[in-house]
Amino acid sequence: MERPLRLIAANPVDSLARTLEALLVVASQPLSVADLAEAAGDEAERVETALGLLGDRYREGRSGIVLEQVAGGWAFRASREAAEACGRLFERPVERNLSHAALETLAVVAYMGPCSRPEIARWRGVAVDSVVAGLVERGLIAEAGRESAGAGAVRYRVTPLFERVFGLESLAALPRLEGLGGDSEELRGRLETLAERRPA
Amino acid sequence: MSVHELELDLDAFEGPFDLLLTLVLREEVPLAEIDVAGIVLVFVERLAEREELDLDACGEFLVLVAALLELKARGLFAGEADLEDLEPEEAAEELARRLEEYRRIKGAAEWLAERLAGERDRFFRLGPAPLAPRGERRLAQQDPEALATAMRTLAAEQPEVSLSHLELRFPPVSQFLERFRAVLGRRQRFDFEHEVAGLSRIEQAVAFLALLELRRAGEVSLEQAAPFAPIRVARTAETREEVAAWSARSA
Repeated sequence: MERPLRLIAANPVDSLARTLEALLVVASQPLSVADLAEAAGDEAERVETALGLLGDRYREGRSGIVLEQVAGGWAFRASREAAEACGRLFERPVERNLSHAALETLAVVAYMGPCSRPEIARWRGVAVDSVVAGLVERGLIAEAGRESAGAGAVRYRVTPLFERVFGLESLAALPRLEGLGGDSEELRGRLETLAERRPA
Repeated sequence: MSVHELELDLDAFEGPFDLLLTLVLREEVPLAEIDVAGIVLVFVERLAEREELDLDACGEFLVLVAALLELKARGLFAGEADLEDLEPEEAAEELARRLEEYRRIKGAAEWLAERLAGERDRFFRLGPAPLAPRGERRLAQQDPEALATAMRTLAAEQPEVSLSHLELRFPPVSQFLERFRAVLGRRQRFDFEHEVAGLSRIEQAVAFLALLELRRAGEVSLEQAAPFAPIRVARTAETREEVAAWSARSA
Protein backbone atom coordinates (compact mmCIF):
# COMPACT_ATOMS: atom_id res chain seq x y z
CA MET A 1 0.00 0.00 0.00
CA GLU A 2 1.27 3.50 -0.85
CA ARG A 3 2.03 5.68 2.14
CA PRO A 4 1.11 9.39 2.14
CA LEU A 5 3.95 11.81 1.48
CA ARG A 6 5.29 13.08 4.78
CA LEU A 7 6.68 16.58 5.18
CA ILE A 8 8.65 15.55 8.21
CA ALA A 9 8.44 11.93 9.16
CA ALA A 10 6.33 11.15 12.20
CA ASN A 11 5.56 14.76 13.10
CA PRO A 12 2.38 14.93 15.22
CA VAL A 13 0.90 17.79 13.13
CA ASP A 14 1.79 16.13 9.84
CA SER A 15 -1.75 15.25 8.86
CA LEU A 16 -3.01 18.71 9.91
CA ALA A 17 -0.28 20.31 7.77
CA ARG A 18 -1.52 18.39 4.74
CA THR A 19 -5.08 19.61 5.39
CA LEU A 20 -3.86 23.22 5.69
CA GLU A 21 -1.92 22.82 2.45
CA ALA A 22 -5.16 21.78 0.75
CA LEU A 23 -7.14 24.68 2.24
CA LEU A 24 -4.51 27.22 1.18
CA VAL A 25 -4.27 25.89 -2.36
CA VAL A 26 -8.02 26.19 -2.82
CA ALA A 27 -8.35 29.66 -1.28
CA SER A 28 -8.19 32.81 -3.40
CA GLN A 29 -7.70 35.07 -0.39
CA PRO A 30 -5.51 34.88 2.69
CA LEU A 31 -6.89 32.66 5.45
CA SER A 32 -6.44 33.59 9.09
CA VAL A 33 -5.34 31.06 11.72
CA ALA A 34 -8.93 31.14 13.02
CA ASP A 35 -10.30 30.38 9.52
CA LEU A 36 -7.86 27.52 9.12
CA ALA A 37 -8.53 26.09 12.59
CA GLU A 38 -12.27 26.15 12.03
CA ALA A 39 -12.10 24.55 8.59
CA ALA A 40 -9.59 21.90 9.71
CA GLY A 41 -11.50 21.26 12.92
CA ASP A 42 -8.36 21.64 14.98
CA GLU A 43 -6.87 23.90 17.63
CA ALA A 44 -5.37 27.28 16.68
CA GLU A 45 -2.13 26.46 18.46
CA ARG A 46 -1.63 23.25 16.47
CA VAL A 47 -2.52 25.14 13.28
CA GLU A 48 0.27 27.62 14.00
CA THR A 49 2.74 24.79 14.52
CA ALA A 50 1.65 23.19 11.26
CA LEU A 51 1.95 26.56 9.47
CA GLY A 52 5.52 26.72 10.75
CA LEU A 53 6.22 23.37 9.08
CA LEU A 54 4.62 24.52 5.84
CA GLY A 55 6.48 27.84 5.94
CA ASP A 56 9.74 25.97 6.01
CA ARG A 57 8.71 23.71 3.17
CA TYR A 58 7.25 26.48 0.99
CA ARG A 59 9.86 29.22 0.99
CA GLU A 60 11.83 31.18 -1.59
CA GLY A 61 14.61 29.12 -3.08
CA ARG A 62 13.13 25.84 -1.95
CA SER A 63 9.79 25.75 -3.74
CA GLY A 64 7.98 27.40 -6.66
CA ILE A 65 5.13 28.03 -4.27
CA VAL A 66 5.80 30.32 -1.33
CA LEU A 67 3.72 30.53 1.84
CA GLU A 68 3.44 34.12 3.06
CA GLN A 69 1.76 35.96 5.89
CA VAL A 70 -0.18 38.79 4.26
CA ALA A 71 -3.34 40.87 4.74
CA GLY A 72 -4.05 39.38 8.15
CA GLY A 73 -3.75 35.76 7.04
CA TRP A 74 -1.76 33.11 5.25
CA ALA A 75 -1.67 32.59 1.51
CA PHE A 76 0.28 30.84 -1.20
CA ARG A 77 1.91 32.85 -3.97
CA ALA A 78 4.35 32.15 -6.76
CA SER A 79 8.04 32.37 -5.92
CA ARG A 80 9.82 35.51 -7.11
CA GLU A 81 12.07 33.27 -9.16
CA ALA A 82 9.07 32.33 -11.30
CA ALA A 83 7.82 35.94 -11.67
CA GLU A 84 9.04 36.34 -15.25
CA ALA A 85 7.28 33.18 -16.38
CA CYS A 86 4.14 34.18 -14.46
CA GLY A 87 4.28 37.59 -16.11
CA ARG A 88 4.24 35.99 -19.56
CA LEU A 89 1.06 34.11 -18.72
CA PHE A 90 -0.80 36.44 -16.35
CA GLU A 91 -1.59 40.09 -15.93
CA ARG A 92 -1.74 42.11 -12.73
CA PRO A 93 -4.77 44.23 -13.56
CA VAL A 94 -5.32 45.58 -10.04
CA GLU A 95 -2.12 47.56 -9.89
CA ARG A 96 -1.59 48.24 -13.61
CA ASN A 97 -1.20 51.97 -14.38
CA LEU A 98 -1.95 53.21 -10.88
CA SER A 99 -1.60 56.97 -11.30
CA HIS A 100 0.12 59.31 -8.89
CA ALA A 101 -3.29 60.69 -7.91
CA ALA A 102 -4.52 57.16 -7.21
CA LEU A 103 -1.49 56.41 -4.98
CA GLU A 104 -1.98 59.63 -3.02
CA THR A 105 -5.66 58.83 -2.54
CA LEU A 106 -4.76 55.31 -1.42
CA ALA A 107 -2.28 56.78 1.05
CA VAL A 108 -4.97 59.08 2.51
CA VAL A 109 -7.48 56.23 2.85
CA ALA A 110 -4.88 53.80 4.26
CA TYR A 111 -3.67 56.24 6.92
CA MET A 112 -6.78 58.30 7.64
CA GLY A 113 -9.56 55.87 6.71
CA PRO A 114 -12.33 55.29 6.93
CA CYS A 115 -12.83 58.69 5.30
CA SER A 116 -15.25 60.29 2.86
CA ARG A 117 -14.57 61.84 -0.53
CA PRO A 118 -14.80 65.43 0.79
CA GLU A 119 -12.27 64.51 3.48
CA ILE A 120 -9.89 62.97 0.93
CA ALA A 121 -10.33 66.05 -1.29
CA ARG A 122 -9.37 68.26 1.66
CA TRP A 123 -6.19 66.31 2.23
CA ARG A 124 -5.21 66.24 -1.40
CA GLY A 125 -6.46 69.70 -2.40
CA VAL A 126 -8.19 68.43 -5.56
CA ALA A 127 -11.47 66.75 -6.43
CA VAL A 128 -11.14 62.99 -6.04
CA ASP A 129 -14.46 61.58 -7.34
CA SER A 130 -13.11 59.79 -10.40
CA VAL A 131 -9.97 58.57 -8.61
CA VAL A 132 -12.05 57.09 -5.78
CA ALA A 133 -14.41 55.41 -8.25
CA GLY A 134 -11.41 53.89 -10.05
CA LEU A 135 -9.93 52.53 -6.82
CA VAL A 136 -13.28 51.03 -5.82
CA GLU A 137 -13.48 49.36 -9.23
CA ARG A 138 -10.02 47.88 -8.77
CA GLY A 139 -11.09 46.58 -5.37
CA LEU A 140 -8.34 48.44 -3.50
CA ILE A 141 -10.79 50.49 -1.43
CA ALA A 142 -14.40 49.76 -0.43
CA GLU A 143 -17.30 51.51 1.19
CA ALA A 144 -17.31 51.43 4.98
CA GLY A 145 -20.49 53.03 6.26
CA ARG A 146 -21.44 56.67 6.23
CA GLU A 147 -20.52 59.77 8.15
CA SER A 148 -22.80 60.66 11.08
CA ALA A 149 -24.67 57.37 11.31
CA GLY A 150 -26.22 56.83 7.91
CA ALA A 151 -27.06 60.34 6.73
CA GLY A 152 -23.66 61.70 5.60
CA ALA A 153 -21.20 60.99 2.81
CA VAL A 154 -20.03 57.43 2.13
CA ARG A 155 -16.75 56.57 3.85
CA TYR A 156 -14.05 54.38 2.37
CA ARG A 157 -11.38 52.08 3.77
CA VAL A 158 -8.65 50.04 2.11
CA THR A 159 -9.44 46.37 1.42
CA PRO A 160 -7.49 43.19 2.24
CA LEU A 161 -6.64 43.17 -1.48
CA PHE A 162 -4.78 46.45 -0.96
CA GLU A 163 -2.68 44.81 1.75
CA ARG A 164 -2.07 41.83 -0.46
CA VAL A 165 -1.07 43.83 -3.54
CA PHE A 166 1.35 45.91 -1.49
CA GLY A 167 2.60 42.83 0.37
CA LEU A 168 1.59 44.15 3.80
CA GLU A 169 1.01 41.78 6.68
CA SER A 170 -1.50 44.32 7.99
CA LEU A 171 -1.99 48.10 7.97
CA ALA A 172 0.29 48.22 10.99
CA ALA A 173 3.14 47.40 8.58
CA LEU A 174 2.81 50.87 6.98
CA PRO A 175 5.62 53.25 7.99
CA ARG A 176 4.72 55.93 10.53
CA LEU A 177 3.25 58.99 8.80
CA GLU A 178 5.25 61.38 11.00
CA GLY A 179 8.48 60.09 9.49
CA LEU A 180 7.32 60.71 5.90
CA GLY A 181 7.37 63.87 3.79
CA GLY A 182 10.67 65.33 4.94
CA ASP A 183 11.53 67.88 7.57
CA SER A 184 8.57 70.01 8.64
CA GLU A 185 10.82 72.76 10.07
CA GLU A 186 12.45 73.14 6.69
CA LEU A 187 9.01 73.55 5.08
CA ARG A 188 8.01 76.22 7.58
CA GLY A 189 11.27 78.03 6.99
CA ARG A 190 10.67 78.08 3.26
CA LEU A 191 7.14 79.39 3.73
CA GLU A 192 8.38 82.16 6.00
CA THR A 193 11.04 83.17 3.50
CA LEU A 194 8.37 83.37 0.81
CA ALA A 195 6.14 85.47 3.03
CA GLU A 196 8.97 87.90 3.76
CA ARG A 197 9.72 88.34 0.08
CA ARG A 198 6.13 89.24 -0.68
CA PRO A 199 5.73 93.00 -1.14
CA ALA A 200 3.59 94.45 1.64
CA MET B 1 4.34 81.84 -30.37
CA SER B 2 0.72 82.07 -29.30
CA VAL B 3 -0.19 81.09 -25.77
CA HIS B 4 -3.81 80.48 -26.80
CA GLU B 5 -2.85 77.77 -29.24
CA LEU B 6 -0.68 75.91 -26.75
CA GLU B 7 -1.68 72.24 -27.19
CA LEU B 8 -2.31 70.50 -23.87
CA ASP B 9 -2.54 66.80 -23.11
CA LEU B 10 -3.58 66.53 -19.46
CA ASP B 11 -5.50 63.82 -17.60
CA ALA B 12 -8.65 65.92 -17.43
CA PHE B 13 -8.33 67.87 -20.66
CA GLU B 14 -6.87 67.56 -24.12
CA GLY B 15 -6.82 70.47 -26.58
CA PRO B 16 -5.69 74.06 -26.97
CA PHE B 17 -5.17 76.31 -23.93
CA ASP B 18 -7.78 78.90 -24.92
CA LEU B 19 -10.44 76.20 -25.19
CA LEU B 20 -9.56 75.07 -21.68
CA LEU B 21 -9.92 78.65 -20.43
CA THR B 22 -13.31 78.97 -22.09
CA LEU B 23 -14.53 75.70 -20.62
CA VAL B 24 -13.25 76.62 -17.17
CA LEU B 25 -14.98 80.00 -17.27
CA ARG B 26 -18.21 78.33 -18.38
CA GLU B 27 -17.69 75.86 -15.53
CA GLU B 28 -17.86 72.95 -17.95
CA VAL B 29 -14.50 71.63 -16.82
CA PRO B 30 -13.95 71.43 -13.05
CA LEU B 31 -10.83 73.44 -12.36
CA ALA B 32 -10.07 71.24 -9.36
CA GLU B 33 -9.31 68.40 -11.79
CA ILE B 34 -6.84 70.46 -13.85
CA ASP B 35 -3.15 69.97 -13.25
CA VAL B 36 -1.87 73.56 -13.59
CA ALA B 37 1.74 72.46 -13.14
CA GLY B 38 1.25 70.27 -16.22
CA ILE B 39 0.25 73.33 -18.24
CA VAL B 40 3.34 75.21 -17.07
CA LEU B 41 5.54 72.27 -18.06
CA VAL B 42 4.09 72.15 -21.57
CA PHE B 43 4.63 75.90 -21.95
CA VAL B 44 8.21 75.71 -20.75
CA GLU B 45 8.91 72.83 -23.12
CA ARG B 46 7.52 74.79 -26.09
CA LEU B 47 9.57 77.78 -24.98
CA ALA B 48 12.74 75.70 -24.82
CA GLU B 49 12.19 74.46 -28.38
CA ARG B 50 12.55 78.05 -29.61
CA GLU B 51 15.85 79.77 -29.98
CA GLU B 52 14.82 83.12 -28.62
CA LEU B 53 12.79 84.10 -25.57
CA ASP B 54 9.32 85.37 -26.48
CA LEU B 55 8.73 87.88 -23.71
CA ASP B 56 5.23 88.80 -24.84
CA ALA B 57 4.13 85.17 -24.77
CA CYS B 58 5.75 84.67 -21.36
CA GLY B 59 4.00 87.70 -19.91
CA GLU B 60 0.64 86.69 -21.27
CA PHE B 61 1.11 83.14 -20.05
CA LEU B 62 2.06 84.27 -16.56
CA VAL B 63 -1.07 86.41 -16.29
CA LEU B 64 -3.32 83.61 -17.50
CA VAL B 65 -1.78 80.92 -15.33
CA ALA B 66 -1.80 83.19 -12.28
CA ALA B 67 -5.52 83.84 -12.84
CA LEU B 68 -6.13 80.15 -13.27
CA LEU B 69 -4.28 79.34 -10.04
CA GLU B 70 -6.20 81.97 -8.12
CA LEU B 71 -9.50 80.59 -9.43
CA LYS B 72 -8.45 77.10 -8.47
CA ALA B 73 -7.34 78.12 -5.01
CA ARG B 74 -10.63 79.91 -4.40
CA GLY B 75 -12.52 76.92 -5.69
CA LEU B 76 -10.70 74.52 -3.39
CA PHE B 77 -11.28 76.59 -0.30
CA ALA B 78 -14.86 77.52 -1.19
CA GLY B 79 -17.16 77.20 1.77
CA GLU B 80 -14.33 77.35 4.27
CA ALA B 81 -15.35 80.65 5.77
CA ASP B 82 -13.24 79.96 8.86
CA LEU B 83 -10.06 80.68 6.88
CA GLU B 84 -11.24 84.19 6.02
CA ASP B 85 -11.73 85.05 9.66
CA LEU B 86 -8.12 84.20 10.52
CA GLU B 87 -5.39 86.74 11.18
CA PRO B 88 -2.60 86.66 8.57
CA GLU B 89 -0.26 84.86 10.99
CA GLU B 90 -2.89 82.30 11.87
CA ALA B 91 -3.74 81.80 8.21
CA ALA B 92 -0.05 81.26 7.45
CA GLU B 93 0.16 78.73 10.29
CA GLU B 94 -2.95 76.93 9.01
CA LEU B 95 -1.53 76.87 5.50
CA ALA B 96 1.78 75.54 6.79
CA ARG B 97 -0.05 72.85 8.75
CA ARG B 98 -2.03 71.74 5.73
CA LEU B 99 0.99 71.74 3.47
CA GLU B 100 2.83 69.66 6.02
CA GLU B 101 -0.02 67.15 6.16
CA TYR B 102 -0.10 67.01 2.41
CA ARG B 103 3.65 66.48 2.24
CA ARG B 104 3.32 63.53 4.56
CA ILE B 105 0.59 62.04 2.39
CA LYS B 106 2.75 62.67 -0.66
CA GLY B 107 5.56 60.88 1.15
CA ALA B 108 3.23 57.99 1.96
CA ALA B 109 2.21 57.80 -1.71
CA GLU B 110 5.87 57.69 -2.72
CA TRP B 111 6.46 54.91 -0.21
CA LEU B 112 3.51 52.99 -1.68
CA ALA B 113 4.85 53.51 -5.21
CA GLU B 114 8.26 52.14 -4.19
CA ARG B 115 6.64 49.26 -2.37
CA LEU B 116 4.56 48.44 -5.45
CA ALA B 117 7.65 48.49 -7.64
CA GLY B 118 9.35 46.13 -5.17
CA GLU B 119 6.39 43.77 -5.19
CA ARG B 120 6.11 43.53 -8.97
CA ASP B 121 7.41 39.99 -8.94
CA ARG B 122 4.83 38.71 -6.46
CA PHE B 123 2.14 36.73 -8.26
CA PHE B 124 -0.79 35.25 -6.39
CA ARG B 125 -4.18 33.83 -7.09
CA LEU B 126 -6.99 36.33 -7.41
CA GLY B 127 -10.43 35.24 -8.21
CA PRO B 128 -13.93 34.55 -7.20
CA ALA B 129 -13.79 31.78 -4.59
CA PRO B 130 -16.11 33.06 -1.89
CA LEU B 131 -15.84 31.29 1.43
CA ALA B 132 -18.71 29.00 2.36
CA PRO B 133 -21.22 30.65 4.66
CA ARG B 134 -20.42 29.95 8.27
CA GLY B 135 -22.64 27.63 10.24
CA GLU B 136 -25.51 29.38 11.95
CA ARG B 137 -25.05 30.30 15.56
CA ARG B 138 -26.69 28.00 18.05
CA LEU B 139 -29.90 29.13 19.69
CA ALA B 140 -29.96 30.28 23.26
CA GLN B 141 -31.10 27.82 25.93
CA GLN B 142 -34.75 26.89 25.33
CA ASP B 143 -37.42 25.55 27.68
CA PRO B 144 -38.15 21.90 26.68
CA GLU B 145 -41.74 22.24 27.96
CA ALA B 146 -42.41 25.10 25.54
CA LEU B 147 -41.02 23.00 22.69
CA ALA B 148 -43.22 20.04 23.70
CA THR B 149 -46.30 22.28 23.78
CA ALA B 150 -45.49 23.65 20.35
CA MET B 151 -44.95 20.12 19.01
CA ARG B 152 -48.23 18.94 20.50
CA THR B 153 -50.09 21.76 18.79
CA LEU B 154 -48.51 20.80 15.49
CA ALA B 155 -49.06 17.06 16.00
CA ALA B 156 -52.81 17.32 16.78
CA GLU B 157 -54.87 16.03 13.88
CA GLN B 158 -56.82 18.74 12.14
CA PRO B 159 -60.62 18.19 11.88
CA GLU B 160 -61.50 17.07 8.40
CA VAL B 161 -63.23 19.71 6.36
CA SER B 162 -66.56 18.51 4.96
CA LEU B 163 -66.85 18.70 1.20
CA SER B 164 -70.22 16.99 1.03
CA HIS B 165 -71.95 20.15 -0.14
CA LEU B 166 -69.66 20.21 -3.16
CA GLU B 167 -70.38 16.62 -4.13
CA LEU B 168 -72.41 15.92 -7.31
CA ARG B 169 -73.31 12.40 -8.30
CA PHE B 170 -73.86 11.86 -12.00
CA PRO B 171 -75.54 8.62 -13.06
CA PRO B 172 -73.89 7.18 -16.19
CA VAL B 173 -75.36 8.23 -19.54
CA SER B 174 -75.32 4.58 -20.61
CA GLN B 175 -77.98 3.82 -18.00
CA PHE B 176 -80.47 6.06 -19.81
CA LEU B 177 -79.37 4.88 -23.25
CA GLU B 178 -80.31 1.35 -22.23
CA ARG B 179 -83.53 2.53 -20.69
CA PHE B 180 -84.67 4.55 -23.72
CA ARG B 181 -83.70 1.76 -26.13
CA ALA B 182 -85.76 -0.66 -24.05
CA VAL B 183 -88.76 1.70 -24.11
CA LEU B 184 -88.43 2.13 -27.88
CA GLY B 185 -88.24 -1.64 -28.23
CA ARG B 186 -91.72 -1.83 -26.85
CA ARG B 187 -93.22 1.38 -28.26
CA GLN B 188 -92.84 3.50 -31.42
CA ARG B 189 -92.67 6.76 -29.52
CA PHE B 190 -92.75 8.29 -26.03
CA ASP B 191 -92.84 11.64 -24.22
CA PHE B 192 -89.51 12.58 -22.67
CA GLU B 193 -91.15 14.46 -19.78
CA HIS B 194 -93.32 11.49 -18.97
CA GLU B 195 -90.38 9.12 -19.01
CA VAL B 196 -88.21 11.23 -16.65
CA ALA B 197 -90.96 12.38 -14.31
CA GLY B 198 -90.03 11.88 -10.67
CA LEU B 199 -86.25 11.86 -11.33
CA SER B 200 -83.85 14.37 -9.76
CA ARG B 201 -82.67 17.42 -11.67
CA ILE B 202 -79.23 15.87 -12.26
CA GLU B 203 -80.78 12.59 -13.47
CA GLN B 204 -83.08 14.50 -15.82
CA ALA B 205 -80.10 16.35 -17.25
CA VAL B 206 -78.18 13.12 -17.84
CA ALA B 207 -81.31 11.58 -19.40
CA PHE B 208 -81.45 14.54 -21.80
CA LEU B 209 -77.79 13.96 -22.71
CA ALA B 210 -78.63 10.32 -23.44
CA LEU B 211 -81.48 11.51 -25.68
CA LEU B 212 -79.11 13.76 -27.64
CA GLU B 213 -76.70 10.84 -27.93
CA LEU B 214 -79.43 8.66 -29.45
CA ARG B 215 -80.39 11.45 -31.85
CA ARG B 216 -76.74 11.84 -32.95
CA ALA B 217 -76.49 8.12 -33.60
CA GLY B 218 -79.67 8.40 -35.71
CA GLU B 219 -81.59 5.95 -33.53
CA VAL B 220 -84.39 8.41 -32.72
CA SER B 221 -86.04 11.52 -34.10
CA LEU B 222 -87.07 14.35 -31.83
CA GLU B 223 -90.02 16.70 -32.09
CA GLN B 224 -91.04 19.69 -30.05
CA ALA B 225 -93.96 21.89 -31.10
CA ALA B 226 -92.75 25.02 -29.33
CA PRO B 227 -90.16 26.04 -26.73
CA PHE B 228 -90.88 24.31 -23.42
CA ALA B 229 -93.48 22.12 -25.12
CA PRO B 230 -93.22 18.35 -24.48
CA ILE B 231 -90.42 16.59 -26.39
CA ARG B 232 -91.66 13.64 -28.38
CA VAL B 233 -89.17 10.87 -29.08
CA ALA B 234 -89.79 8.49 -31.98
CA ARG B 235 -87.90 5.46 -33.23
CA THR B 236 -86.37 5.98 -36.73
CA ALA B 237 -87.16 3.73 -39.70
CA GLU B 238 -83.78 1.86 -39.71
CA THR B 239 -84.05 1.14 -36.03
CA ARG B 240 -87.44 -0.31 -36.61
CA GLU B 241 -86.07 -2.54 -39.39
CA GLU B 242 -83.12 -3.61 -37.24
CA VAL B 243 -85.37 -4.35 -34.38
CA ALA B 244 -87.70 -6.26 -36.76
CA ALA B 245 -84.72 -8.20 -38.13
CA TRP B 246 -83.49 -8.95 -34.66
CA SER B 247 -86.98 -10.03 -33.63
CA ALA B 248 -87.22 -12.25 -36.74
CA ARG B 249 -83.83 -13.90 -36.05
CA SER B 250 -84.57 -14.53 -32.44
CA ALA B 251 -88.02 -15.88 -33.23
